[in-house]
Amino acid sequence: MATKTATAPHAHTLPRNPGTPLDLGAVEDVRVNRSAIERRAATLATRRTVKKNHQAAWLLQAVRCMDLTTLSGDDTPGTVRRLCAKAMQPIRPDLLDALGVKERITTGAVCVYHAFVETAVEALEGSGIPVAAVSTGFPHGLSPLETRLAEVEASVAAGAREIDIVISRQLVLTQNWEALYDEVRAMREACGEAHMKAILAVGELGTLRNVMKASVVCMQAGSDFIKTSTGKETVNATLQNSLVMVRAIRTYFEQTGHYVGFKPAGGLRTARNATDWLILMKEELGVRWMQPDLFRIGASALLYDIERQLEHAAYGRYASLSYQALG
Amino acid sequence: MTISSILQTLDYGVAPESDTAAREWIAAHDGTFGQYIDGKWRAGASHFDAFSPSTGEPLAKITQGTEADVDDAVKAARRAYKTWSTTPGHIRARYLYALARAIQKHSRLFAVLETLDNGKPIRETRDLDIPLVARHFYHHAGWAEIMAEALPGYGPVGVVGQIIPWNFPLLMLAWKVAPALAMGNTIVMKPAEFTSLTALLFAQICDEIGLPKGVFNLVTGDGATGAAIVAHEGVDKIAFTGSTEVGRILRRVTAGTPKKLSLELGGKSPFVIFDDADLDSAVEGVVDAIWFNQGQVCCAGSRLLIQEGIYDQAIAKLRARMEKLRIGDPLDKAVDIGAVVDPVQKDRISELVQQGVDEGATLIQPSWAVEMGGAVSNAGGDGAPASRSEGAALVKANGCFYPPTLLTNVGPASTVVQVEIFGPVAVAMSFRTPEEAVKLANNTRYGLAASVWSEDVNLALDVAGQIKAGTVWINCTNVFDAASGFGGYRESGYGREGGKEGLYEYVKAVETDKKKASAVKSATLVETGGEGYDAATMIDRTAKLYVGGKQARPDGGYSLAVVSPSGKRVGEIGLGNRKDVRNAVEAARAAQGKWGTASGHARAQVLYFLAENLAARGEEFEQRLRDQTGMTANEAKAEVEGAVDDLFRAAAWADKYDGVVHAVPMRSVTMAVPEALGVVGIVLPDRHPLRGLTAIAAMAVAQGNAVVVVPGASAPLTATDFYQVLDTSDVPGGVFNLVTGRRDELAKTLAEHDDVDGIWYAGPQEGRAAVESGSIHNMKRTWTMPADAELPRTDETLRQATQVKNIWVPYGA
Repeated sequence: MATKTATAPHAHTLPRNPGTPLDLGAVEDVRVNRSAIERRAATLATRRTVKKNHQAAWLLQAVRCMDLTTLSGDDTPGTVRRLCAKAMQPIRPDLLDALGVKERITTGAVCVYHAFVETAVEALEGSGIPVAAVSTGFPHGLSPLETRLAEVEASVAAGAREIDIVISRQLVLTQNWEALYDEVRAMREACGEAHMKAILAVGELGTLRNVMKASVVCMQAGSDFIKTSTGKETVNATLQNSLVMVRAIRTYFEQTGHYVGFKPAGGLRTARNATDWLILMKEELGVRWMQPDLFRIGASALLYDIERQLEHAAYGRYASLSYQALG
Repeated sequence: MTISSILQTLDYGVAPESDTAAREWIAAHDGTFGQYIDGKWRAGASHFDAFSPSTGEPLAKITQGTEADVDDAVKAARRAYKTWSTTPGHIRARYLYALARAIQKHSRLFAVLETLDNGKPIRETRDLDIPLVARHFYHHAGWAEIMAEALPGYGPVGVVGQIIPWNFPLLMLAWKVAPALAMGNTIVMKPAEFTSLTALLFAQICDEIGLPKGVFNLVTGDGATGAAIVAHEGVDKIAFTGSTEVGRILRRVTAGTPKKLSLELGGKSPFVIFDDADLDSAVEGVVDAIWFNQGQVCCAGSRLLIQEGIYDQAIAKLRARMEKLRIGDPLDKAVDIGAVVDPVQKDRISELVQQGVDEGATLIQPSWAVEMGGAVSNAGGDGAPASRSEGAALVKANGCFYPPTLLTNVGPASTVVQVEIFGPVAVAMSFRTPEEAVKLANNTRYGLAASVWSEDVNLALDVAGQIKAGTVWINCTNVFDAASGFGGYRESGYGREGGKEGLYEYVKAVETDKKKASAVKSATLVETGGEGYDAATMIDRTAKLYVGGKQARPDGGYSLAVVSPSGKRVGEIGLGNRKDVRNAVEAARAAQGKWGTASGHARAQVLYFLAENLAARGEEFEQRLRDQTGMTANEAKAEVEGAVDDLFRAAAWADKYDGVVHAVPMRSVTMAVPEALGVVGIVLPDRHPLRGLTAIAAMAVAQGNAVVVVPGASAPLTATDFYQVLDTSDVPGGVFNLVTGRRDELAKTLAEHDDVDGIWYAGPQEGRAAVESGSIHNMKRTWTMPADAELPRTDETLRQATQVKNIWVPYGA
């Protein structure tokens, strides 16, 4: 391992988004045309594709950008440790050798409930892989604010370096932007040095326009990332809602110069999904936003499909899932 | 390129679609193609090369069709027509269905072949052109099936000559072939000489599905071959898509012939972005508007009109978006812009852009555009040359590529704003208000399409209604479907393709009762003469012209005497001249705006009032008709009663000819709205001197047109009496103008007048020829008939009085 280039996946080289004062004008200026969004989303992946070595490289990049996640009611320390082992060696070494890849490949983070933060931190020790904790009454976000903030602090104290918070959907649905801003601001304060990803739960916001407005407010409130969903809603990440959020990030960057990352979660299951979202990032934001400090994919099963595709890339034959190590 | 190095750059690399099958298909024909005539392949005598625009290499040899080939094709089509036109709709539907299926089965072969031959990206042929082709055949299989129910009283036109362009080779073929076959016509088709290959493959498929011989004939060749089709006497209709320049020639060549003509011509379509638009989506819309198919799209949104407050922001976003486009090998699956069809076209684009810059425009192109020059080998196997940025990496040596271009600092007076460039070049201007946006949008000789971007439905629909164009896309652009009609206003041509409105181009009314036409009873117009006038017993009445709601003496100060068949001088009419026509058109133009936007109900009220006042003076009109024409009392009574009925009918239709919402396969309200032509010159037939005014001119008025009417010569004093009824019936001044005088002199002035939107003419064959060829400057719509024509069918008159605008309104919360 010592010979491999140590590119710590979590390296955050950019200054954090400090947020801005609440700018309601920027929120109200938001215009989203659903049909046009659908058309662009539908043609993103028909205008661009990656093949052969490029496809393999892009899939490895997707692994680097993955928040390998387990958020099940029946998680145990045992399953979390297993997941961490997979995060540290997500692709079979023989595949990487066959593909001629010398770089160290790990996932971007491991994402767990608060209860398993300590387990994960311990399991990942020395790997440089950060632990992300879902927090603030995940997935519904309806516990008392004090409880939610305390939860953030507890997760940070337990060693989580990234906190995925959920927003109160009701504040979006009632267009109560001041309250949303204040809550997210408070959560950002509670995160301290830990990076904060704001989960919008896009499937529960009613319209794409609300998705963009909520994105704007969460960025103004200092989110390091905005994230589509908890994975528990009926509708999670789609290319349409992702396009809307990514464009919000672009506009925010144009207006403030602050970098905000993007994390689609829930529903990305195939290697094709992974490259589609990378194409989205490249086309709408640029190559800089294809790096793990600005792009994460919240997923679990996705990794196996990617590994399977890489096996095909390495050996030219179609692979069986039973040959890929479980997490 | 190693995976590790790609991990650093995360670039796209190459993703070529294989062209093996397409090349094998060409090779199977020994690289040389004949023509498909009367169900047989015929080897050609002389050939020209088809080139691949992306590499410059010759692809195949195409036959230069001769006049003899065209003659054989037309004769074959005529023979086949006998059977095909009487083949039951259901059987024709089966053939169209089989064509749709066959196209789907060979979809990739068609797509690759089209990309090779035309240079457009495989993404477009694969995802847009070919699926739309199949959709067109499916949709029209349906029309064939239900023709008898959907179009009762209509039958096919006959042998149709179809000439199509090179920008959407197979799609334009489908747009023409599918409705023609569905309606029972037979076809002689000529593809553009740059792009014959997919048409040849289509002919092969016609053969494979067993389409009866002679129903579809394919001749290949250049403009000379096309000219032979247009000139051929055995052709009943010409359908053409191409440049306005050629469209004009076709109108002139076919003038005075019985050939039906539909033309889909050029455009300089506005793309209007309001400050309440989803700007990022609008910018993406520009990509689909002008950087689609290398901008070689007749309806390309090439004139960007951007509200001033967001202009700078929009230009900045466009600049950034252009940077991300990729140009090059059209077979690469990750290319946005392929090759321009031919060096001739590329040179024209370059020259026009240079002219724009010379006139002061600012040129905006992606930074990588400078890397496009010169031949670069595709080094590195899997990867593109590292020396090029991604935008230009796939440009091939000897290919015909032109970078995406935006010109700013231009005004309506700039050449590049007025002229259709037909390349990936947009021009951008700002506007302040919706009113100004409409004014700038309409400040063009064309009227094919428009795109309007705003999240405010009130604003968007208001502007869509006011832009003069056959298609208006709200918050979308370049969206097409077989269920929706497509075609132009103004110099963008006439006729529609797609939808029910498009079928009428391929049908004609079936004449059911062919009773022998009786001679028209008519007065004669003489400079002097006639007897029986006696100032002692009658007070002199001076019939004048009727212009702008006022009686007007003829500018020239001359009159013509109206002499009855028995030689009696009944009175005089003013001898109108060019200036009188000019004045009448001006008055009509001034009145049309308000009249055209008045509600159908309001227009109906005026027409009912007109009927009421005419009926009140019925006996007087009867007498006057008898005095002038020698009609019997019964005939005169029938004429007047018929006229009152006509006015009721016109009033009835005023608020009932109201369009449809097309069933397109996307979440969109697509409204086909019949709109008034505008100002219509009407030279009436002689047979029904009063009913011409009521059944023809008043029907045009009912649909919102303002008219300049030259009454029939059989009883012109009836027309001048009629203006007194107009005067008392609240018809707004300028809506209904009457100019009496010498028919063909007045008709010529009307036909040539650039501010007249349509001309209807009844007269002798030479007169019809003169009107049709006189119309070519502004490409106004023409409708001609013999001087003694019976009154036309109401539905025909309604169609002639209107043009269909399709407004696409995609929706979604």
